[in-house]
Amino acid sequence: MIGRHRGHRPLEFKDVGSHDGPLLVVEDLHTSFRTGRGTVRAVDGVSFEVHEGRTLGIVGESGSGKTVLSRSIMGLLPPRDVIRSGTVHFGGHELSSMSETQLRAVWGAELSMIFQDPMTALNPVKRIGVQIAESLVLHLDMDKKEAQTTAVELLRSVGIPSPEERVRWYPFQLSGGMRQRVMIAIALACAPRLVLADEPTTGLDVTVQAQILDLLADLQRERHMAVILVTHDLGVVATRADDIIVMYAGRIVERAPTRILFSDTKMPYTRALMDSIPRLADPSGARLDAIAGRPPDLIHPPPGCRFAPRCQYAQDKCRESEPPLRTVGSPDHLFACWFPLVDGVSTAPPVKVGIGRSDRPAAAVDTPDPEASA
Amino acid sequence: MPDDRELQDTGASNQLLGDRFPGMAATDEAIMAVSTEHNEGDDILARKPLGFLFWFAVVWVAVVFLAAILANLLPLQDMNFQNYSALNQGPSSAHWLGTDDLGRDLLSRLIFGSRVSLVVGFCGVAIGLLVGGTAGLVSGYKGGKLDISLNAVSFIILAFPAIVAVIAIVTFWGASLFHITIILGVGTIPLMFRVIRASSLSFAQRDFVIAAKTMGATDTRIVFREILPNVVPVMVTFSLITVAGIIVIEGTLAFLGLSVHLPIPSWGNLINEGTSNNALATNPYILMWPALSMFLLLWSINLIGDRLRQRFDIREGLL
Repeated sequence: MIGRHRGHRPLEFKDVGSHDGPLLVVEDLHTSFRTGRGTVRAVDGVSFEVHEGRTLGIVGESGSGKTVLSRSIMGLLPPRDVIRSGTVHFGGHELSSMSETQLRAVWGAELSMIFQDPMTALNPVKRIGVQIAESLVLHLDMDKKEAQTTAVELLRSVGIPSPEERVRWYPFQLSGGMRQRVMIAIALACAPRLVLADEPTTGLDVTVQAQILDLLADLQRERHMAVILVTHDLGVVATRADDIIVMYAGRIVERAPTRILFSDTKMPYTRALMDSIPRLADPSGARLDAIAGRPPDLIHPPPGCRFAPRCQYAQDKCRESEPPLRTVGSPDHLFACWFPLVDGVSTAPPVKVGIGRSDRPAAAVDTPDPEASA
Repeated sequence: MPDDRELQDTGASNQLLGDRFPGMAATDEAIMAVSTEHNEGDDILARKPLGFLFWFAVVWVAVVFLAAILANLLPLQDMNFQNYSALNQGPSSAHWLGTDDLGRDLLSRLIFGSRVSLVVGFCGVAIGLLVGGTAGLVSGYKGGKLDISLNAVSFIILAFPAIVAVIAIVTFWGASLFHITIILGVGTIPLMFRVIRASSLSFAQRDFVIAAKTMGATDTRIVFREILPNVVPVMVTFSLITVAGIIVIEGTLAFLGLSVHLPIPSWGNLINEGTSNNALATNPYILMWPALSMFLLLWSINLIGDRLRQRFDIREGLL
């Protein structure tokens, strides 16, 4: 019902539709921030593709660079003290070299973003209908009346009851879940090809989270959009993403179609992330399997594998040289680990007594005999 | 989607939504229902009455402005006639507010004086708001070199001894109501700039501004449509304080002979007369009437603004 507006779209940028190949191609993207202490490499050589209509999940802890990555793709970084290299192609056009004026024609119309906190991402002093209608007037050349009618339709499509009345409401009159629906309506107003959802449900309570994600999935199917879902919660992407990228310390450590990622996890970090999800079946009082330690300092990242200091299977080799992103078997499944897990157990040789760290007794227990796993 | 609309109209949409989004009835719908109760009908703002003080303030503001506009038509005594048989008198039926040390009628001086003060005060602030406010909005949002240079300029103007500048300008340009308004207006530009810039800066990096940007909004649009409405409360409050400030400064200038020439009165120079020549001890009325009028005027405007904001502020609202 919204898609029909594509007909009188005034932008030439609509050409992206005719482009063959992936909708979004990110190649060797680096984003660093100059700070007083040194250069923080927040995103360090990330490459991936997103195909039309697909969902990509980007997962990682706080500080793994996922938010910087999404802002970097959008071109929303602050103008100063940022070093960005690598390329971002969107529908065959290179976003990374566009001026802000050129980007403005793409933003909202072709590429839009859903923000984490719907409490702050809506202007508190403007009626929600006005906020939705603005981009319609801007990008689709609608007159005010037409835009207002479309805003009502959009509100209805995101499941807001009696939208005719609610278009005149202010954000404070809506609950958090409703506001996030409004955010989605704004982001989808001009029927973009790709939506970047940066932790769209983190600010919401759990019952509403599922509704919002289902809504997003429904609308995505209806409009054939591609979605990049950035989150720290593997559970959120598990059922909704086609492919998942796991990020750690600014790099991709594992990338696979969702089913393969869960059935054949290669990277101990991904495994640890999965294990850290609390289960209802656990007896009450059971300790959570948190990942020990903290993400590394991105000004001076550790040599070798960046996860090595926290990895229970880490070997000398891991601490010395950095594992490349590689495949074994399935070409879709990339991972960066010298000793990938096979059927959930590490291929690393057992830690020798005396060398193994005393603060990690679990390593010796969990590490199976190499003969057994080989 | 005509079906959808029909469902909506018959109220069956909730059922539809319940099917599509299980659990919604329990959460968002409940909140919606509560909100709707408070916001019966179309008028979401119909709430408690504004109160006596509010209407008193409205009446006072109206009286002051009407008196200033209609001063020539009112049956007032000559503001400059010096009645030496009635010096320093208190309020009486002949002189409602009394007379000053030269026997002039204080009521007519107060009313004619309000003309100068209101023009200088409000027009001066308008100039400051227009230039300083716009610069502050843009500077706070854009940042960078523009912000640094505008900041530097504002500090230079603020650092310059104002009285010396005014003496120099008035000497060469001549003292008139128009000139004084311009000079004082320009003087408030850096003040307005600093306050509004700070407020604009605090909104510039908010998510809703970035969100507007990701929807393709231009900088001009962001500054005037996203940031400005949020800055308005600060703007109004600070402007009212500045109006009072300018009215008093105009009085000081008049005292120095740098403003509208005596004996043309203004609230500022009435206040000055009231504090000079030991007048405070012999005849406090000279000071009291203009000071009281100004206090009441500014208090009234503030109160009106405050009550209206309470009623219309979509951020405080019901919550």
